[in-house]
Amino acid sequence: MANIFELQDIEVWDGNMAASHALRQAQVDVVAAYPITPSTPIVESYSNFLANDYVDGEYVMAESEHGAMSCCIGASAAGGRVATATSSQGYALMVETLYSAGGMRLPIVLNVVNRALAAPLNVNGDHSDMYLGRDSGWIQIDCYNPQEAYDMNLVAFRVAEDHDVRLPAMVHQDGFMTSHTAQKVKTLTDDVAYKFVGEFNPMNDMLDLDNPVTHGAQTEEDWHFEHKALQHHALMTNVIPKIQEAFDELKIISGREYNLVEKYNMDDADLAIVCMGSSVETAIEVSNELREQGIKAGVVGIRVFRPFPLEQIAEALIDVKAIAALDRSSPNGTVGALYNELAGALFNSSTKAILTGYVYGLGGRDLTKVNIHTIYRDLGKNAQNGQLMTPLQQFTGLRGPKLSFF
Amino acid sequence: MSQIKVKTKNLKNFSTSAERFEGSNLLCPGCAHSIIVREVLNATDDNLILAASTGCLEVCTAVYPHTSWDASWIHIGFENGSSAVAGAEAMHKALKKKGRLKQPERTPKFVAFGGDGATYDIGFQWISGCFERGHDMMYVCLDNEVYANTGGQRSSSTPIGASASTSPAGSNSYGEKKNKKDIMAIMAAHGAPYVAQVAPNKWKDMVGKIQKGFATEGPVFINAMSACTTEWKFAPEDTIAVSDLATESLVFPLYEIIDGTELNITYRPKNIIPVRDYLGAQGRFKHLFTKQYEHIIDEWQTRVDAKWEYLQRREEVRI
Repeated sequence: MANIFELQDIEVWDGNMAASHALRQAQVDVVAAYPITPSTPIVESYSNFLANDYVDGEYVMAESEHGAMSCCIGASAAGGRVATATSSQGYALMVETLYSAGGMRLPIVLNVVNRALAAPLNVNGDHSDMYLGRDSGWIQIDCYNPQEAYDMNLVAFRVAEDHDVRLPAMVHQDGFMTSHTAQKVKTLTDDVAYKFVGEFNPMNDMLDLDNPVTHGAQTEEDWHFEHKALQHHALMTNVIPKIQEAFDELKIISGREYNLVEKYNMDDADLAIVCMGSSVETAIEVSNELREQGIKAGVVGIRVFRPFPLEQIAEALIDVKAIAALDRSSPNGTVGALYNELAGALFNSSTKAILTGYVYGLGGRDLTKVNIHTIYRDLGKNAQNGQLMTPLQQFTGLRGPKLSFF
Repeated sequence: MSQIKVKTKNLKNFSTSAERFEGSNLLCPGCAHSIIVREVLNATDDNLILAASTGCLEVCTAVYPHTSWDASWIHIGFENGSSAVAGAEAMHKALKKKGRLKQPERTPKFVAFGGDGATYDIGFQWISGCFERGHDMMYVCLDNEVYANTGGQRSSSTPIGASASTSPAGSNSYGEKKNKKDIMAIMAAHGAPYVAQVAPNKWKDMVGKIQKGFATEGPVFINAMSACTTEWKFAPEDTIAVSDLATESLVFPLYEIIDGTELNITYRPKNIIPVRDYLGAQGRFKHLFTKQYEHIIDEWQTRVDAKWEYLQRREEVRI
């Protein structure tokens, strides 16, 4: 048995440390990982737990991220709890196997500490990696701060491993902004956390020697479509209720409340910013300042990026007059991914809202309160006139001449 | 273990032993892959956890809703069969430690199969990682010296002079220009406790090595010559005959390397036949039997002789 790690009720942790303690408390059976900035401290502190008997699983120090996820897939199919962490280039190298893990319905938990993708090489946070895997069949849960990195990891194991779900899950946090920024994190005791996650209950486990199984069979045009449809069906129907259930339970044991779509100052809002990651908290601050000036500004934070809670998003935004979708990834030739999601969610609704998109924060460029004030001012113009008064797509925080399209 | 002894006493017993790899598969008639796989699987009574990299074996044995495998089996991609089984082996260790194995009294063997494309080329890094980390597993390369599953493109195992679809023989080319990569030396250099080259026609030699491999703790590498009726271009009924030509001509010498240093030659042909006889039996070398390219045959013979000399000296000096 692993040693008990005595935690304070409130620890000062950065997002990486918070995630690693969640892995420890979930008593992961196999971690297979390859270090990459800024997610490295997760596996480093996991190694420390291992070196000091705070965990008693296996740690495979793979030769690459592709090898790491390949080992995770083998370990998960063998029948146990599996987790790893990566970022950016490592995530990109993993992508082939992400699709395998999703298609094989293996409940692996992957911590993605979001970072830009080269070229040019950049170690700082943006959402390019997060967007890269969005069609891979994984659940994607987004965190805005270290507390959430801790809580959402526990949620991820519980939901992914549920036999009605059986899908891998990513827990996203912003590189450096969240992963390396120490904040107060309220903890659960090891016992309470483990009970919340639950015992791992294997299914089609290769190590059940009396019941051999075949994993990763080939399907061509006769069955491939049906398999992918089933996977999509599970994502679309089973995941959201299980996440909600986990959030409800977490609220009971911790008092912390989470929602599929996080709404701040949205009850009577005219103007809404929709964003992800650490930017949500910056936007909330600005919205509070604007509220004091009598401007009805609100913020919607995406908590679950996959499956995308289309109906809940539409419901949150249906009554506003102007919406800004903030994408922290270069769309490279079209509108932002989040812009697209919102447009899809709202198109058939009764909304009259004007929807604009902003590309910001690439390669770790700060999103300042001034930037957000400017966006709300744009939204104000669009709302007042009931039509598009600003470019449909703008780059925010970019040096040099303004860049906008449409 | 006594059951195994009876099984491997003679070929009839061996060939009729319980199947964990079913005959109902889609491999070409005469494919050596199925012979090798059966010889590996039948060499033990222990439970098996298997992986296959994308390739002939994989696409021919697990096409949904069918499977040829009566043992747990996993396929992820082209390059990572080794890592798949390594992950399963790590999970076995973890669950053993935590007391959660369903059948704790039985310890399964972990085996990954891959073609030469998956082994010598695209999957090499993954195998190297697994061997460096020392997983308790066996990796079996089904070496047919070509990307047979996709129509016969050259791999780094394709021997010089072979006509492959991406290195075809022509009026200005004798086919593949490079010598086959020495995967045995590379794997032995990892310090692997056991590395062996086998051929299915020498079944007793092969089964002995597989059993030795299974009895070894740590990563074991087996390079199995797999004569390919389709891409080597010989009649399906000649698989064993062509394999015999390979082992009798020493084109494919049978040996083992223990702990990276101790090399033992395990088969010495009584009458070594010319390499020409081996090459002449296969369509992929047909063009070498012309005035323009016959110097390649001489080069072949020189190289095979030199390798045999090298292996004998390695065996002698034990370093």
